[in-house]
Amino acid sequence: MVDPATASRLQFAVTTIVHIIFPVMSMGLAPFLVYFTWKDIRTGAPLYERLRRFWTKIFAVSFAVGTVTGLVLEFEFGTNFAAFSTAAGELFGGPLAVEGMMAFMLEATFLGIFVFGRERVGDKLYFVSSLMVGLGTWLSAVWILVANSWMQTPRGFEVARESGQLTILLTDPIAAYANPRFPWMFVHMQNAAVLSVALFMAGVAAYHVYRRHHLGVVDGGNLDDRFWRATLKIALVALIISAPLQVLHGDAYARHVFETQPQKFAAMEAVWETDSYVPEYIFAFPTSIDDLLNPRAKEIFGIGIPGGASWLASGGNPQAEITGLNEFEGSPPVAIVFWSFRAMVALGFWFMLLAFWAGYRWWSGELYEDRLLHKALMASSVLGIVGVELGWIVTEVGRQPWVIQGVMKTTEGVSPGLTGAEATLTLAGFVGGYLVLLSLYTYIIGRLVRRGPAEREEAERDQAPSPAPTGAGDDD
Amino acid sequence: MTEVAPLPLETVWFGIPLSDFWFVVVFAFLAIFLFLDGWDFGVGVIFALREDHHEREQCLAAIGPFWDGNEVWLVVFGGALFAAFPPVYATLFSRHYLLLFGVLGALILRGLAPEMYEQREDEGWQTWWGRAFVVGSVGAPFLLGVFAANWLLGIEGIALVSVVAGLALVALNVASGAAFLRLKTTGPLREEMPDYGIRATVAYLALVVVVLGLLALRPAIRDALLAPAPLALVVGSVLLGVGYLLAARGGHPYVALGTSGGMTGAFIALVAVLLYPTIEPMTGLTAEEAIIGAPAVELLTIGAALLIPLVLTYFAVLYSAFSGPIEVGESY
Repeated sequence: MVDPATASRLQFAVTTIVHIIFPVMSMGLAPFLVYFTWKDIRTGAPLYERLRRFWTKIFAVSFAVGTVTGLVLEFEFGTNFAAFSTAAGELFGGPLAVEGMMAFMLEATFLGIFVFGRERVGDKLYFVSSLMVGLGTWLSAVWILVANSWMQTPRGFEVARESGQLTILLTDPIAAYANPRFPWMFVHMQNAAVLSVALFMAGVAAYHVYRRHHLGVVDGGNLDDRFWRATLKIALVALIISAPLQVLHGDAYARHVFETQPQKFAAMEAVWETDSYVPEYIFAFPTSIDDLLNPRAKEIFGIGIPGGASWLASGGNPQAEITGLNEFEGSPPVAIVFWSFRAMVALGFWFMLLAFWAGYRWWSGELYEDRLLHKALMASSVLGIVGVELGWIVTEVGRQPWVIQGVMKTTEGVSPGLTGAEATLTLAGFVGGYLVLLSLYTYIIGRLVRRGPAEREEAERDQAPSPAPTGAGDDD
Repeated sequence: MTEVAPLPLETVWFGIPLSDFWFVVVFAFLAIFLFLDGWDFGVGVIFALREDHHEREQCLAAIGPFWDGNEVWLVVFGGALFAAFPPVYATLFSRHYLLLFGVLGALILRGLAPEMYEQREDEGWQTWWGRAFVVGSVGAPFLLGVFAANWLLGIEGIALVSVVAGLALVALNVASGAAFLRLKTTGPLREEMPDYGIRATVAYLALVVVVLGLLALRPAIRDALLAPAPLALVVGSVLLGVGYLLAARGGHPYVALGTSGGMTGAFIALVAVLLYPTIEPMTGLTAEEAIIGAPAVELLTIGAALLIPLVLTYFAVLYSAFSGPIEVGESY
């Protein structure tokens, strides 16, 4: 049996790691769907109708799974982190309530029209629906990140302690909610969502371009070929814009983290003792096996760029001083933060390389011929989502042991009455259940992607038309 | 960061303390959820009772455009409770730990199953996802009924009265679901809906009598029940139930749906009225004690006042776009 605090932390980690996949898909697909809907309505071309229908299907499945897994997260604040919810509810609950009313309602209602209502509503309302769904998914991110940014760099509050019970009171809403961390998170997250979906679409399109070439059925004028080639090009435009932006923005964001959350930055760089001219380790080992899991390990051995971490922290000064972890109270599990950060940055550079490579092939007119590029795109199709996961691990694990940086520790936030048995039971349930959920999602998306747009339409045509309505409206 | 003693100062707007306003809002959100998503749950029960493949697809098609939006009322209920009464949210959710994860599990099944069901045509696949859909559709309202009764009584675990309250909510949702399907489907399925609705309403009223009898065995609640407001809600529920029977028989599904909405509202209002001014009996917290501080609650109230009319507009647009029956295969 796991103790309630550890089980609650693991459970929140598992449920968030799985949930974030679905909002990334829906937020990233939203701008593409608005574009496809616009083009479909304006041109009436079968190509755009197919693009809209096909990617809407992927969106609809992702959204449905995202709704049910998102509800779990909201409930977990109350079930597993009751002490946190009681203490911080005054500041933290508001953004969640507003997210529900302002964003989630907007997306969930207009999604009904967007997915089921093409034949029922006029072009104008249909286009507005696509826009409202997209706006809703992005507004959701606004409010969730308003809440999360406050946990990273809390402001605008006072702390009261009554017989050991911590209460956090809102004193300055503008300071609290217009948090300096928010714009950094929002740009990084939304661009990551677009980048992840661009990679996914490019990977799927590359698979079909590659496969059709392999089968010898390529004929540039055929609708299937045009569909996948258009998908590839649209995805590559988004990739070429978003991949370099993510790396450049990430570099500046790291500097902001250094300035506002020095403890997290020290963990990202595994700096224990305050030092200047700190190297940027590309690869590193603790000098002793015992230190492998010890976040307080004093020595590491590795390949580093001299002054690199100082340079990153200060924006160009290799001599800059970095405050070491030993100066702070408590420490996050450094190995997780250190390696997640490195893997995320490596992926960022890989996406940039991929964007240049594909851009060059497009420019030289060999986009549909470069087999190696197609394989690289296929292999990278879910790596954008992996990058998002790694980034959130850096953000959330890097804030530990705090749930609200410098104000409340995560272990203090756990529900006081929760037993290890209950927490272990639900943890096991989520680990098992979410493995099934993820397999099903992968299976369904994989199936839709392999089939492509045409077979579905043919299958529909084969089905007998449904009987005409009888006696409808008698009661109206 | 300074240490200060909290000074709860009650904000009163238009003569209404904001703690009372949010007490009403929170229960209203729960009632709206249990009515709107309730008919989706009821459709899930009716789905279980129909064997014809096409009729089952009609059931799924009828709720397709709506269930996601309807479920968001639960998100908004949770969010409003969290934002306005954080200690109540924390206590209720952590004390009813397994119960709430049961609700989540049921809602996951209910949401996932229709998506999965339509992905493949083979019988085995559809049989299993059909079962998952039914388990989710029955489990969610049953456990939410248990939750509402436990909340009222301030008890943990499962008591007989909570179980009967859960069953009552399932029956009530079937009545809503039958009226909804009468409006949204065609053919033989539609023709049988009044019978389903009538039987479900009779079952609901019978179960409510059992719940009231079991509540009357608890002295504290018995006295509270005999006050004018709870008695009016009980009498109102019976009248609405009779209204449902007449409307269903007379071929007025909109009226039938309206009366089942009224019964859902009365069910939750009864819980709220019996609780008030307490909001959480396990800790004995009243709404006035549990409400957040003045600047935060004022901000939240302004936010809700601006957003709720918008939300109601979205629902009006959605339901008017899909007025009348919904055919199988209507999508994209």
